[in-house]
Amino acid sequence: MSSNTDFALAIEDLTVSFDGFKAVDNLSLYVDTNELRVVIGPNGAGKTTLLDLICGKTKSTSGSIKFKNKELSKLSEHQIVHAGVGRKFQTPSIYENLSVYDNLEVSYPQGRSVMGSLLFNRTAKVDARIREIAGEVFLEDFLSMEAALLSHGQKQWLEIGMLLIQDPELLMLDEPVAGMSVKERELTAELLNRISKGRSVLVIEHDMEFVARIAHKVTVLHQGKILAEGDMKTVQNNPDVIEVYLGH
Amino acid sequence: MNFLYERFLGGKNGAIGLAILAILILIILPASLDLFRLNMVGKYLTYAFVAVSLVLLWGYGGILSLGQGVFFGLGGYCMAMFLKLEASDIESTSIQSTPGIPDFMDWNQLTELPWFWVPFHSFSFTLFAVIAVPAIFAFIIGYSMFKRRVGGVYFAIITQVIAVIITVLIVGQQGYTGGINGITDLKTIHGWDIREDSAKYILYFINAFLLFGVILISRFILTSKFGRLLLAMRDKEDRVRFSGYDVSNFKIFIFCVSAVIAAIGGAMFTLQVGFMSPSFVGIVPSIEMVIYAAVGGRMSLIGVVYGTLLVNSGKTIFSETFPELWLFLMGGLFIAVVMFFPNGLAGIWDKYGKPHLDRIPKPKFLSSAKALISNKNASSVKDSK
Repeated sequence: MSSNTDFALAIEDLTVSFDGFKAVDNLSLYVDTNELRVVIGPNGAGKTTLLDLICGKTKSTSGSIKFKNKELSKLSEHQIVHAGVGRKFQTPSIYENLSVYDNLEVSYPQGRSVMGSLLFNRTAKVDARIREIAGEVFLEDFLSMEAALLSHGQKQWLEIGMLLIQDPELLMLDEPVAGMSVKERELTAELLNRISKGRSVLVIEHDMEFVARIAHKVTVLHQGKILAEGDMKTVQNNPDVIEVYLGH
Repeated sequence: MNFLYERFLGGKNGAIGLAILAILILIILPASLDLFRLNMVGKYLTYAFVAVSLVLLWGYGGILSLGQGVFFGLGGYCMAMFLKLEASDIESTSIQSTPGIPDFMDWNQLTELPWFWVPFHSFSFTLFAVIAVPAIFAFIIGYSMFKRRVGGVYFAIITQVIAVIITVLIVGQQGYTGGINGITDLKTIHGWDIREDSAKYILYFINAFLLFGVILISRFILTSKFGRLLLAMRDKEDRVRFSGYDVSNFKIFIFCVSAVIAAIGGAMFTLQVGFMSPSFVGIVPSIEMVIYAAVGGRMSLIGVVYGTLLVNSGKTIFSETFPELWLFLMGGLFIAVVMFFPNGLAGIWDKYGKPHLDRIPKPKFLSSAKALISNKNASSVKDSK
């Protein structure tokens, strides 16, 4: 096992193999607190698999994932969430039958056990927090609306809000601006810059213009391995990266 | 007060619906039906327990159990074992080769009461067992399936298989269970004859009150955060899991609760009908109970009671006149409900009945009272009708 580090998230020698195919191959990645890291790469590079491994959806074959020096790879999904990791899925994953308010309340990090949820009370504090988060993700006027009726971009925001209400220390967002209008993208970029303070944020994104606006550092994945890492400019001028993106 | 009103009665709509149902079950039916028919309604209402349990499990939780008859039967058999032991005292069984044991055991050459029958001499143990036995059984099934993330169709099939296994077990172990005939000739609780007219009235009302109690508790569960989590899990299980919830614990809990509710119905069935047999345990009764819930509206605790009463009255009326047509009618009814009224009677009421009702002008004092008790919060749970 690897030693302790100063990084918030330290992934070392991570490998996952599906019947011999290595979707993530001996990968090491370090993310700091207050850092917003963007992971890019062509289709099938292993970006989503990487997030799946961190949040426990997929179990790794070997290697270690440490968050604040706590090994995550042996924990179950809900324990990883309790350790401070939140993850947004690629397609907005919200509860369509519930109102925006209820979506946020269900995600409120209290009453997480069976008994706790039965006795959970909507106190003024909870109510205030829900309204605060709704304001943060631009949904304060839609609280009583059924989530199914939101636009695609608003659903993305709602899911981000559902994570923010848990105040995670590591926030992972899989394609947060897919299906958003230009205006919505701008707002989202501001939102991400705001929320990356005090936590680590890991974003998967295809839209290069958007990446350039938010990324502190970019990691390029290719065939489960890291191809390049650094600030946006360095990465964009890297001949390997150009080859992978434009070569064929 | 407001808390209790919102959480147990489900606000204005819930309270009115409950009051109408109470008037029907506690006043209109007992006043208008003769004892024979009332006892029949009482029997139907025991099925309504199962229908209510399916609202929790299937309607909200999205977990379809095709084996609720098993829990109905477990509750019923626990009660029947007590009654049978009391009916098998030494005097009335003196012609048997082993007096003092139930008659069917004697016919099957048993000479001693099996160990698991012994505690059922006690009525308080029996009441405990009616709750505990199905709860433990449901916990074992639920734990082994939900922890392994078995769900959806697979869960439905496995519960169905369990219904078959339990039926085969009961029928096969005749000496211990009474076999295919079930446990019959039940007479008294501590000397109180359950076959008398007065007892039948009393049992009808006990049954009705228990049903209302179960509905209130179910409403409490559904209006809590737990209820919203059930809906959330039905919709996006992964999102709930990755929001920090151990999804399987929630499923196990609601499965156990629904098992206990079904079992209470089963115990009341035994008391009112006077016997229990494997024909209430297997696949057919289990699926019929799902149909009651579907017809009544699987999202409505009150709707399913009407659904159960309606389907069973229909069954009685039709099978008295056209016995061979009933099963086709029942199948057709199920298909029609699924295709055209996915929310059952409750859905029809919400769509066509309620708008008419809302158009009737209300007296002034009512609307001011409403303003007093209305919830301040922007969003109360919409789905808890």
